[in-house]
Amino acid sequence: MKLTRRHTLMLAAGSAVAALLPMRAAAAAEEAIAAFTGGADVGSEGITLTAPEIAENGNTVPISVSAPGAEAIIIIAAGNPEPGVATFNFGPLAAAQAGSTRIRLAGTQDVVAIARMPDGSFVQASREVKVTIGGCGG
Amino acid sequence: MISRRDFLQASMAASAIVGASGFGNWGRLAAQQSLSQSDLLQFDTFGNVSLIHITDIHAQLKPIWFREPEINLGVGSNKGHVPHITGADFRKLYGIADGSASHYALSYDDFAALGQAYGQMGGMDRVATVVNSIRAERPDALLLDGGDTWHGSYTCYHTEGQDVVNIMNLLKPDAMTFHWEFTLGSDRVRDIVNNLPFAALGQNIFDAEWDEPAEDFAPYKFFERGGVKIAVIGQAFPYMPIANPGWMFPEYSFGIRDQRMQEMVDEVRAQGAELVVCLSHNGFDVDKKMAERVTGIDVILSGHTHDALPEPVLVGETIIVASGSNGKFVSRVDLDMRDGRMMGFRHKLIPIFSDVIAPDADVAAAIDAERAPFLDDLTEVIGKTADDTLLYRRGNFNGSWDDLICEALIEERDADISLSPGVRWGPSIMPGQDITREDIWNVTSMTYPNAYRTEMTGEFIHTIMEDVADNLFNTDPYYQQGGDMVRVGGMGYRIDVSKPIGERISDLTLLRTGEAIDPSKTYVVAGWASVNEGTEGPPIWDVVENHIRNKGTVSVAPNTSVTVAGA
Repeated sequence: MKLTRRHTLMLAAGSAVAALLPMRAAAAAEEAIAAFTGGADVGSEGITLTAPEIAENGNTVPISVSAPGAEAIIIIAAGNPEPGVATFNFGPLAAAQAGSTRIRLAGTQDVVAIARMPDGSFVQASREVKVTIGGCGG
Repeated sequence: MISRRDFLQASMAASAIVGASGFGNWGRLAAQQSLSQSDLLQFDTFGNVSLIHITDIHAQLKPIWFREPEINLGVGSNKGHVPHITGADFRKLYGIADGSASHYALSYDDFAALGQAYGQMGGMDRVATVVNSIRAERPDALLLDGGDTWHGSYTCYHTEGQDVVNIMNLLKPDAMTFHWEFTLGSDRVRDIVNNLPFAALGQNIFDAEWDEPAEDFAPYKFFERGGVKIAVIGQAFPYMPIANPGWMFPEYSFGIRDQRMQEMVDEVRAQGAELVVCLSHNGFDVDKKMAERVTGIDVILSGHTHDALPEPVLVGETIIVASGSNGKFVSRVDLDMRDGRMMGFRHKLIPIFSDVIAPDADVAAAIDAERAPFLDDLTEVIGKTADDTLLYRRGNFNGSWDDLICEALIEERDADISLSPGVRWGPSIMPGQDITREDIWNVTSMTYPNAYRTEMTGEFIHTIMEDVADNLFNTDPYYQQGGDMVRVGGMGYRIDVSKPIGERISDLTLLRTGEAIDPSKTYVVAGWASVNEGTEGPPIWDVVENHIRNKGTVSVAPNTSVTVAGA
């Protein structure tokens, strides 16, 4: 009997195997961030990014972000071939400046959220999300 | 006025010096080898609340041998801290005399020799005696089960957990959380949970589709004991769909979710909780980190990583209690709760020496009744161990049980290399002891047992090794899944545990030829416990049984194929 590679030990997702090493912000991600911030300094207070430490399924990773008072928030998957995930724009009548979505991650990488505040300043939060082949529990 | 922090620290120090935790007394008594049930259970009832913690039983209803790990490396800030201290260093830290009962129960060396003196440990009928004794002194003591209960034996597999459920119900737990239970499949878990006469808790068990708290599991439950309002918050194993087959419980999502843990603590405090207990299956290092990040938890009862610690570890104002595995230990924690605060505690890790603690007759009879329909199959002798061979599993890199399983996979499945999961359950077998079918199932029983045979490139094997190593040796505990390193047969390697992912594993060598593993070459690999749906092959217990039957007497040479650096 011969099993296909798909059936082998601890191989949860083909995409996970392709890239085990953490993928840090690539040039495309830096470009996307620069386009949003215009190169301005970015703070870290007043924004909360929630993401799993280890993705249960790299094809659909739930994330949520909240930045009270923000005008806009962008989400970047720094290690994806196309790093731009979403841009949330909040009008003056928005009750809360928060959003959530699910994203596909090509491998272990940083997910970054940046908010533009009404005074033109920017704040950023980042979380490393690990995409693993897993399979050996205690 | 003494602050709570000072009090806790004073209490910790006192327990280390004069044995207020009960442990010092135990060590002295053990040194004299004068064990008695009353000594083991001796405890000056303290304060107004008692917690009883048992965890990671893995369906071991009867007494067992269980050797603790020789190698249990900590990385990052946990390097050199408990539970990552073993053997003589562990005994020195806790003032345990060489050759004492606590040496035997809590450390690894001289296990076979000391086992002859002190006998087997565990047995749920003995645990019942301990629980009943504590309840005789403190009738409203809370009994909390940390999970990994309905998994790990022949009878548990064949009754889909029902034998363990029936026995545990006799002990009357007050709450429970979960891990391997989910590998029974979510329908079966819901069947059992919906009829449980106690609380099924997990604040981090979510509905996978809607990413909302799952309806079948409450985040917490309130108890009123000794005039104290107690909230017990459950924390299930965070990495269930990653470490175990997610397709068996697709409706559920987990994760650490410490932000929600903080919300739950705040919520129960707002509802008047004076004592907040977290019943956790995070694993010890994850619990330590969670205790640093979440404020307001008084006690974490820690499970999953199978650590047995004679004294609680203090993180901020939270005490973390680790109660071992396989029924070897029960922890008792008495708390002095006054004015809505924990003013002090007294703790004892009670060792379940099965020849010393009398079995509870009712529970003993019930266990035998559960086993009766399977008794002939359970007790059939398949082979025996040689006089030089102790079969054990625990340890970061290899155990002799896994070496035997890996050898069986290579020989029975005609493979170059074999892989066996780095799980921490599975009792030991003494030298010169008969190996029964039950013994084989105790180290292999699971609902995804198929022993696959496949081809992998050298590069892919390396990728697997790096990935598993990072689940164990990532310096951030939140990225650790809590098992041990995947066991490897037919191949040696070097690991530097201090390096990041991608750089830990080197010098992969095919032992049969002594040649380096070629990244581009293809090798035949046999293994078991794949998390993927549709894995084909005979169940691992048949593979191991055939191998042991063919051998008759099994002898396992010391494994020198793994070189460890950076520890």
